[in-house]
Formats: sequence, structure tokens, C-alpha cells
Amino acid sequence: MAVVMNKPYAITLDVGSSLANKTGSWRTARPVYLDRLPPCNNQCPAGENIQSWLNLAEEHKYEAAWRKIMEENPFPSVMGRVCYHTCEGACNRGQIDLPVGINSVERFLGDQALKHGWKINPGKPTGKKVMVLGAGPGGLSAAYHLARMGHTVTVFEASPKTGGMMRYGIPKYRMPREKLNAEINQIKEMGVDIRVNSRVDDVALTMKEGGFDACFLAVGLQNGRMINIPQQGSLPILDAVTVLRSVELEESVALSGRVVIYGGGNTAIDVARSAIRLGALSVTVIVLEDRAQMPAHPAEINEGLEEGMALINLRQIKQIEGNTLTLEIMVAGHGRDFLHTGQFETIEADVVVQALGQTGAFTPFANLPGIIIQDGAVQVGTDLMTGALGVYAGGDMIPSQRNVTAAIGLGKKAARNIDAFLRGEKLQPKVKAEIADISRMNTRYYSDAPRTMRPVLDAVRRSTGFAEVVGNLDEENAVFEARRCMSCGNCFECDNCYGVCPDNSVIKLGPGNRFKFNYDYCKGCGICAAECPCGAIKMEIEQI
Amino acid sequence: MPNQPIKFYQTGTFTIGNRLLDENNRSVQATAARYNSLNSGHRACQGCGEALGARYAIDAAMAAADRQLIAANATGCLEVFSTPYPETSWQIPWIHSLFGNAPAVATGIAAGLRSKGRGNVRVVAQGGDGSTTDIGFGCLSGMFERNDDVLYICYDNEGYMNTGVQRSSATPPAVRTATTMPLGAEPGNVFGQGKYLPAIAMAHRIPYVATATVADLHDLEYKVKKAINIRGAKYIHIFVPCPLGWGSASNDTINLAYMVKECGLFPVFEAEHGKVTGVSKIRKPIPVEEYMKPQRRYAHLFGKNPATETIAKIQALANENIQTYGLLEQGAK
Repeated sequence: MAVVMNKPYAITLDVGSSLANKTGSWRTARPVYLDRLPPCNNQCPAGENIQSWLNLAEEHKYEAAWRKIMEENPFPSVMGRVCYHTCEGACNRGQIDLPVGINSVERFLGDQALKHGWKINPGKPTGKKVMVLGAGPGGLSAAYHLARMGHTVTVFEASPKTGGMMRYGIPKYRMPREKLNAEINQIKEMGVDIRVNSRVDDVALTMKEGGFDACFLAVGLQNGRMINIPQQGSLPILDAVTVLRSVELEESVALSGRVVIYGGGNTAIDVARSAIRLGALSVTVIVLEDRAQMPAHPAEINEGLEEGMALINLRQIKQIEGNTLTLEIMVAGHGRDFLHTGQFETIEADVVVQALGQTGAFTPFANLPGIIIQDGAVQVGTDLMTGALGVYAGGDMIPSQRNVTAAIGLGKKAARNIDAFLRGEKLQPKVKAEIADISRMNTRYYSDAPRTMRPVLDAVRRSTGFAEVVGNLDEENAVFEARRCMSCGNCFECDNCYGVCPDNSVIKLGPGNRFKFNYDYCKGCGICAAECPCGAIKMEIEQI
Repeated sequence: MPNQPIKFYQTGTFTIGNRLLDENNRSVQATAARYNSLNSGHRACQGCGEALGARYAIDAAMAAADRQLIAANATGCLEVFSTPYPETSWQIPWIHSLFGNAPAVATGIAAGLRSKGRGNVRVVAQGGDGSTTDIGFGCLSGMFERNDDVLYICYDNEGYMNTGVQRSSATPPAVRTATTMPLGAEPGNVFGQGKYLPAIAMAHRIPYVATATVADLHDLEYKVKKAINIRGAKYIHIFVPCPLGWGSASNDTINLAYMVKECGLFPVFEAEHGKVTGVSKIRKPIPVEEYMKPQRRYAHLFGKNPATETIAKIQALANENIQTYGLLEQGAK
């Protein structure tokens, strides 16, 4: 029987599309998108989402980038000057050419905010009251975050000015005061009541009288630690904290003639560089550790040396006779061990400044039930609550990294825990994503580029006054620098996966929405994962 | 000059797309509305370089020809995996006739269109290295010699992969093939012989000859678009790794295509009327071993007793390319 077909000669089937052939069934492993944690974010003591705000800055979205920083840290302009930017040390780009200049871009964004007067609004009022003790980086950070959450915050500060160690511990040449004042003003404008010259003598009493629901202690370590050096004569011996405070308050400081500073931390270098600016005849820093072990930031040391500071490592001051300091030569042993050699040398000095760490004064709350003070620090739990209910502590006064950025981070952490406490909840710690290691990335998609170095004022100009040392990036450089970010572990919509799939199995969802896989056709070849520049795709074995 | 990379660092000097560029400066492959001339569901192996190269090239040609395009296809993987009767993955007018006659079929299509006054419709012929360098070579040479208005694209995976990995005249020296008897002491082509078709095409003095790899999409799209806009015979030779035939990992396809250019074994250039007019420089030179080692077809040269002499001869081929085409930046070591 003849079959009648309406088809050309020798054609028996209709034309079909290969879409009928679901090649996804071949797959033994499937690609999956994920966000890994960039090493910079992981490193940041303030918990900033650096990769994310650099990404916005790249598109000239400066205000959005600034707001991204402000979610974590209310002091970008200050941070862009005084943070020791360990993020840059962790930056994967450093393994290719040079790290991204994160710090300078942050400064640029912070300064943009001040220039344009961008504001952060306080949260919807909760009716809860929190007192904060100390208007330093930790206290102000906590106050800021609590205000964003809608709590009413009062900050008590014993000193005549706000800022704590950001003002009294960091010289003007590292941070112009108008930037600090402006960023503190932003916090005041959110309704935070900051009371200077307001020493609190009894925290329990103030809390009760003020009707505060919680308290955050951030008094820092205000006193310089002094050690006894056998001395004959009357050579003045000062402590670094007092010296820097006097410089800030423009009191007369006896930093003249031959100045010797004892200690190897950033504070020692700060004093040395201030002394140079105040016209000292010579400035010598004596350090027990060798150059590699001394805790001061290498950039600070180098800038100090450029300005004329002398550095003597592996020496201990044994005694002082008149103007003569006797130093014992030490050798490095294991770890923090330093061995005496019995060999001595002498140098002359007109003033000695000890910069050997700081101690705290905890009397206003030492008698609160449950407070534990150990090794010169207030002990806290992982939620930063002290032994006293509703009383939290952070910043230098608790065992921590003890720098401005760490204090800001602790202030934020305390604010989040206090907020949870005020709601009668307990904050669940976030699970960190795996780190975006450079081995998970395909860096050949990034071109090689030098870092835009900030113009550093020449050493002579720098040493004659308290003008700002590290220059600003202009907009063009800031964008260039931001665009050097490799976006480690986080999709930046480069379209590589979408382009390189031989099976068209990646669906582009449009700007800002990234991509998704079409598992109907994905054969699991893994090219997308191999060619993802930033390591935001991983292959998972299929359960068959 | 070859495609000049736009130096946006994070956002894609070398990536497929770039969110910081405005839409009409982006690559065809980066656009959500790309044509996907070769659609999903084709039966190419996992990680097939040819499937990828064909979509890159034909999508670019479609964009350049304003979708007025007809393709003639030679026999080979590309034909077999895309069009098992009655299904097809092609979303363009497409014809397959014989193994060796794709250039002649395309010539006929171009002549027919011209006589119908439809010169705006562009014609592409495409095939693998087998149909191009061996079986269809006579037709192709004729197409060049007559300067027919066709763009011929060869997807070079260095062997007959569809039939189970046999040697073609484009198979490099010393590589393992499955069933081909060696010519002399070693498998693969005899050193110093084999057909290098880009040079043969240039010898025909046709208007445009170019080479490209699937590792540099921007360069590939630039060359296809340029060729589509030239009247007369054009030839583009695209290097497409074959995970099956080469014994490489399916996710290594683009990486191999990148390394072959970086080591100098495959020069990426363009030529007009028989003269080289531009070359893609090597970014970071690598030794040929780095390219060879991930491929099992070279495995017999490594292992406990490496065939250092053979490897040195392959390195010499790369060095000769670097010299001949000037692949290193001025001042580079």
C-alpha cells in the first residue's frame, strides 16, 4: 500500500532541532557558581567588603562604593590614611605584579564623601538606650552602628576632644584633623550624643541614672608603660603617649636636642617623626628586636628613615649617666628571645622617650560584678560581653590586635551583639566562605599593570611641618587602581563562562544578575570553571 | 593591525565580555542576543574546541553579514556532530554535500546569489583540517585561484578525529595517532613536511588570510568580521584543540589553544594579498614542553627516557615561527 507523504524525494522525516537531544545526561560533574571570600576581606580587621566596593568604584559609582564601606566602617577617610592596610599584603594581585592600592582608593572614596556631603541616615528608633564609654575608634564605631540600628546612643569622653587615639595617638602629618573631625561629625549628625570632658566615675551608677539598657566600654589603654632604667643625673625620661598627646594639644614638648626613643612599635616611629618635625637635632630609635621582628609597619619605618630618623636594632638600654646612655648589644635567639652579649656601647641624649606599650585605667567599672581584669586587659566572651550582663567591651582594652582598624572592627562587632541582646536574641556567628586562593583563579585574563603609586611628598618638605605625608589619588588614578582588583572569588560578569561554553549552556541573566547554567545541555566539560578568571565556579561530582 | 586589546584590568582586557564597555563595542559572544548559530544539543565531545570555534566564527560572520549568510560544510566532525538526520544544530541556512567539495559548493552558491542579484548574502565554507588540507584541497585551491567571493574557515584539530584519530597532512610531527602507519621512524608527519595551509593560501595572493585560536575571541571575531566585509576569496585557519584525539582534559581546551600561541608553535597573524600585515605577539613565552605535556598524544616523548632530541626539534619549529613572523615584542628576551 502506498504511503502518501508531502515530502521531497528520499526524505521521510521532518526537520528537527538538536534541542531534542538533552546532552546534560552525559555529565559526570556539574559546574556551580559560588562566592569565595577574597583574601583582602578575610584580612580586614574592620570586616570591610573590599572587593565589593572596589567593584563599584570601577564603574565610577563612588557614592555606592562609599556606602558599601560605611556598612562596616564609618571612617574611610581616616582609614585611608592611618590603616596599616594588611589587606594589601594579602592581595592576590601581589603575586602577579603589585597589590591593589586598596588604602588609597578608600581614602579617595572617604574624601569624596566629605566633599559631596554624603550622609548616612540613622535607623528607625527602637526606644533602646546604649551608653558608650570612650570616643575613640572603638567607641565611635559602636555608636555609629548602634545609631544605624535605631538605638539612642550617648558617648562619654573624658578628654576635651573626640577621636581617642585617632587624635591623641596619631600625629597630624599622618592624618589631617579636618578629615577626622568631619567623619566624627557625620556620626554626630546621625543623632549620637557625644559628651566631651565627661569622665564617668561609676559605670553602674551612670547606667542606672541615665536609664541605659546596655553599655559598651571602649576606654582604650591611655597610659604609657614605663620601665625603670638605672639612672644617675636628671636626663628627662618621657612616655610616648604623653608626648603625642602634648603634641596634639599643642602644649610645649621637650623634644629638642638629641632625642632618643626606646621601642619598636608604630608609636615609637610616630614620636620620632613628630620630633623631626618639631626641630630635634637628632632622632634615634633604639629597638630590642631586629628590623624584621620589630612591630612597626615597614612603610612607617622607611618613611621615618627617609626623613632622617636613625634606627638602632638589637640594643637594650642598660643605664643612664648624665647624658650618656649605655646600650647592651643583643643577638636574636629563638622567637622573641634575645640573648645578652655582655658587649656595650654608648650614645648621647638630651631626652629619652619610652614607647614600650600602654596600660589601661579601669577603675570606673572594675567593681562591676562579673568583670574580670587579667594581664592588664578586660576579659570578654566571643560576643564581646564582659562578665557583667549587658556590659560589652572592645578596642585596645581587651586582648586584641590593638590598632585603629581592629578597634573599629570590634566596635562594629559589639554593636551587632548589643543589638541582638537588646532584642533578647543571641547573634549567630556567620560561617565564612572558603578563601579565594590564587590557585583557584585564571589570572592570564588580567593584563599586567604597574601600581599607581601615590605621590609621596619629598622627605625635606615633609619634615618641616605637619602637612599630610601620603598624597591623594586623583579620580583617574583611583579608577585605574580600583580596576586592578581581580575580584577574587566573586563574579564580576566578565562573560567568560557565557562565552567559552561549547554547548551554549550558560544563560546570561543581564547586568547585575550574573548567569545560570542550563543543565539540560551542560556536558560537564569544565571549561567554564577552568576559564573563570576569578574562581567563582566549581565543579561538583554528579550523584548518579 | 590585529585587534588591539582594551586595557581594562579587572574587567577584561582578555575576557569575553566587559561590563564597562558600551554595548556596541562588546564582543558578539558577550551579548545576550548572540545568534547561537550552532545550537545546544549537538553531539560534539565534552570540551570540543571545534564546536566552540564554529560558534565563535559563524556568530561573528552572522553579525557582520547582518544575518544574510549561507554556509557550506565539508564532511567531518563538525558536520556529523551537528547534523545527524533529521536533527540539526544549525540555525542558519546550511548545506552539506561531499567530503571534498565544500569550496566548490560555496563557489556555486556565491555565483548563484550573484546572478540573482543577491550579492548582499555572504557565503562561508567550512571544514576540518582533513577536508581542507587533504580531501578538498584541489577545490579549495581552485576557489582561491578564481578569487571566488567565499570565506573559507578551516577548524584545525590536527587530524581525522571523527573516524577515530588518523593522521592528516596538518598533523604535527611526532604526535601519536590511532591507526595511521608511521612515515619513517616516528608517528605524525615527517619533520619539515606536512602542509601549512595558511602559507599555501597566502601563496595564492588572495585578498585575506588569517590564523586564530579559540583562546583569543576578540582577535577571532575581528578577523571574521573583517573577512566578511572583503569581496573575493578569504581564508581563516582556526586552531581548535580536540580533547578526544589529543588525549587532553576536556577543561583544558582553551588553555592549550592559549599555550600553542605562547610557545610559538602556532603563529597568529593576518595577511593581505600574500603579505603579513599583523601578528599577535607572545605575552609570556613558554617552552614547547609546557604545551605538549598535558596532551597524551605527546606522552611517548616524555616519561622515564624523554626523547630530548625530538622535543628539541619541535622547539626548533617554534623558534623558527617566532623568527619568521616576529612573534616577540621588541626588547623581549
